[in-house]
Amino acid sequence: MKVFMLGWEFPPFISGGLGTACYGLTKAMDQLDIKVTFCLPRMVNSKYATHVKLLNPNSQTSAASFKFNKLKNVTFRTINSPLQPYSTPDAYQQRIEETLRQKQKMHGGSVSLTDNVFSGADYSGDMYAEVHRYAALAAELAANEQFDIVHAHDWMTYPAGIVVAEMSRKPLIVHVHSTEFDRSGENVNQMIYDIERQGMERADKVITVSYFARNIIISRYGISGEKVEVVHNSVERNGNWALTESGIDKDEKIVLFLGRITMQKGPEYFLGAAKKVLEVMDNVKFVMAGSGDLMHRAVEMAAELGIGSKVLFTGFLRGEDVQKIYKMADLYVMPSVSEPFGIAPLEALDNDVPVIISKQSGVSEVLMHALKVDFWDVNEIANKIIAVLKYPPLQETLANYGNFEVRKLRWKDSAQKCVKIYEEALVAV
Amino acid sequence: MASICFYFQVHQPLRLRHYTVFDKNDQYFDDYKNGSICRKVANKCYLPANRLLLDTIRRFKGRFKIAYSITGVLLEQLQRYSPEVISTFDALAETGCVEFLAETYYHSLSFLYSQDEFVEQVNKHSKTIESLFGQKPKVFRNTELIYNNDLARLIESMGSFEAIITEGADHILGYRSPNFVYRPKDCSKLKLLLKNYSLSDDIAFRFSNRDWSQWPLTADKFAQWVNSVNGNGNVVNLFMDYETFGEHQWKDTGIFDFMRHLPEQILKHPDNDFKTPSEIAQSFQPVGTVDVPHLISWADTERDLSAWLGNAMQSNAIHELYRLEKEIKKANDEKIIADWRKLQTSDHFYYMCTKYFADGDVHKYFNPYDSPYDSYINFMNVLGNLQSRCSRQTIASA
Repeated sequence: MKVFMLGWEFPPFISGGLGTACYGLTKAMDQLDIKVTFCLPRMVNSKYATHVKLLNPNSQTSAASFKFNKLKNVTFRTINSPLQPYSTPDAYQQRIEETLRQKQKMHGGSVSLTDNVFSGADYSGDMYAEVHRYAALAAELAANEQFDIVHAHDWMTYPAGIVVAEMSRKPLIVHVHSTEFDRSGENVNQMIYDIERQGMERADKVITVSYFARNIIISRYGISGEKVEVVHNSVERNGNWALTESGIDKDEKIVLFLGRITMQKGPEYFLGAAKKVLEVMDNVKFVMAGSGDLMHRAVEMAAELGIGSKVLFTGFLRGEDVQKIYKMADLYVMPSVSEPFGIAPLEALDNDVPVIISKQSGVSEVLMHALKVDFWDVNEIANKIIAVLKYPPLQETLANYGNFEVRKLRWKDSAQKCVKIYEEALVAV
Repeated sequence: MASICFYFQVHQPLRLRHYTVFDKNDQYFDDYKNGSICRKVANKCYLPANRLLLDTIRRFKGRFKIAYSITGVLLEQLQRYSPEVISTFDALAETGCVEFLAETYYHSLSFLYSQDEFVEQVNKHSKTIESLFGQKPKVFRNTELIYNNDLARLIESMGSFEAIITEGADHILGYRSPNFVYRPKDCSKLKLLLKNYSLSDDIAFRFSNRDWSQWPLTADKFAQWVNSVNGNGNVVNLFMDYETFGEHQWKDTGIFDFMRHLPEQILKHPDNDFKTPSEIAQSFQPVGTVDVPHLISWADTERDLSAWLGNAMQSNAIHELYRLEKEIKKANDEKIIADWRKLQTSDHFYYMCTKYFADGDVHKYFNPYDSPYDSYINFMNVLGNLQSRCSRQTIASA
């Protein structure tokens, strides 16, 4: 079986769980001998671009192809595009302007319209147009590929998925890792919502990451439950991190928030709980690792609550820094307001850090050995944080059983479920 | 000759209310929940089962007999929420065909942690039974049938008991049968009655299981299994939770009808009869000694203590609880002592069990918590408050 997969991000170009999920899933499919062509947008100015070798960077189709050594059945095709996950149209506009400015600096003058690597003409002025430009380029790419099924990850790739599926007359699977309601609460962007719904309606099968997300898809997008299947995410086990001790001699407990600091992740509930914990205990620090549009607000809020000296902001962490922060942490807290899945708690447990997760999350469907709270119940979050910090047997039991539980979650099982859904979609056609 | 001995365990714990580290008052128990569960179980089980058994006893004019062990924590709740249940138990006591057994008043694991506390609780329970039902218990059963040689020795030394009851676990009996009376190792007078877990569980667990090859279980069929014991056993000890009737096995499974017809089917065979545990002890001589150096119980397939003490949280919670004993008794405040004892009920530790948590099963029954972790946190918060009350009291009285 051969799959034409459309995504937005892939390690090392990641800003969140989507890239991690795509990596885990395709890696497992590779082991199942499923051939995957993974098509992804890539900003040329990404400072991590050197991590991958581009085989054909000057291609006239604006597409480049490369392979990971480890993944023999997966081919990557990149399309020059500033598409970034978790973007808003405003942020997109800023990025375009920033890229153009850098370009100007690099070339010491105005941007040349004939620049063959980075032609300004290739970039549309707004995000909506860009999503469709990506679709057109993906279609161009797909024309020269053989495949049985089209699999599109999250809304930015749905228009591309629809075009490719129409052209090739192959079944379309859309994979919903998050929805506009998760990201934006009730203030949904109508354009994004429309693209999401169109993708789900057109799809032969919708795969989503939890029953929690499935409910949203059915109730908010009006999609028939019959075609919405749940495939829970898994976690890529580490253990190959040759880490020396962090070197930090800690006599303080560390409670960790790791994720984008945005409305969806509930940073204010983390800080509210921190305030309550600090009323009872003193030797605790709260670390917020991540960045996002509420970062400044969170710094201000910590100050307003009078706990500024107890809350540390690290900015966005990746790779070994993430491992380091897990090594230091006594507890991980995910107070997400609406979390379709949430891979980070699995990573925390993989690093022997016990977790408190919100009941409004998909990951709470697969984790039994976790403390679960309603995201708004700041009192209960604080109650549970204190208990974990105060009673070593609790911390130990949660970490041990949780780690064991995480070992049972394997991407191979998730990939197998996807393949089964492919087969159903192919039979139906 | 096979004597059938029915003994029913009757117990409901006092469940804790949601108690956070920020709570400061001394109201630990969820009166609303405890009241409603008590009334619910009374209506579904205690009242209809008592009525049925009372009718049956009257119908057989002394040939049908049963025994109960009712915990002190349940008796207190019944007096408060469902006093009519107490009067039906009293009516049963008056028939002369019903025996009441002794246990720890608080359904506690105190035997494992404090002998003094254990003896106090057993005496308190016996006194309560005597005052309510007019008979002094002569047979002892420990919480969850937890047992070893030391327990038997202690019970014999207390002087008031003729027999002790435990699980007829395979690993203590080996090739031997639970259908005889034995003597505990190192005891000279006390007799040991062993639960026939196979026949007991046919009623208590398998009765409504449609995947069981013997389903549906009829009184007639069960009586034939009992008859087959004739010739290779003296007794058939059927020990089970009373909540089997109407709660674990719902009324629509036919469990009440089964029980209504069973005595008649059993008594059809001229060699069968019904006896209470103390009558069994008086009627039969021990056929051998049973040595139980390690603790056993009637729980799960392991028949050990892992359901209450199997993980670090359980062991921590119970050690912390009994570590307070001296301080609590020194504070000498009745309310504090009573709260401390109510926290000893084994159910609090059972709720913290992680053994089958992921699969979900019998451990979930009546469990007021979403997870074992929540139950540990709640318990430790309450214990923390109790400890600070105790310290304040000690300082105040010093």
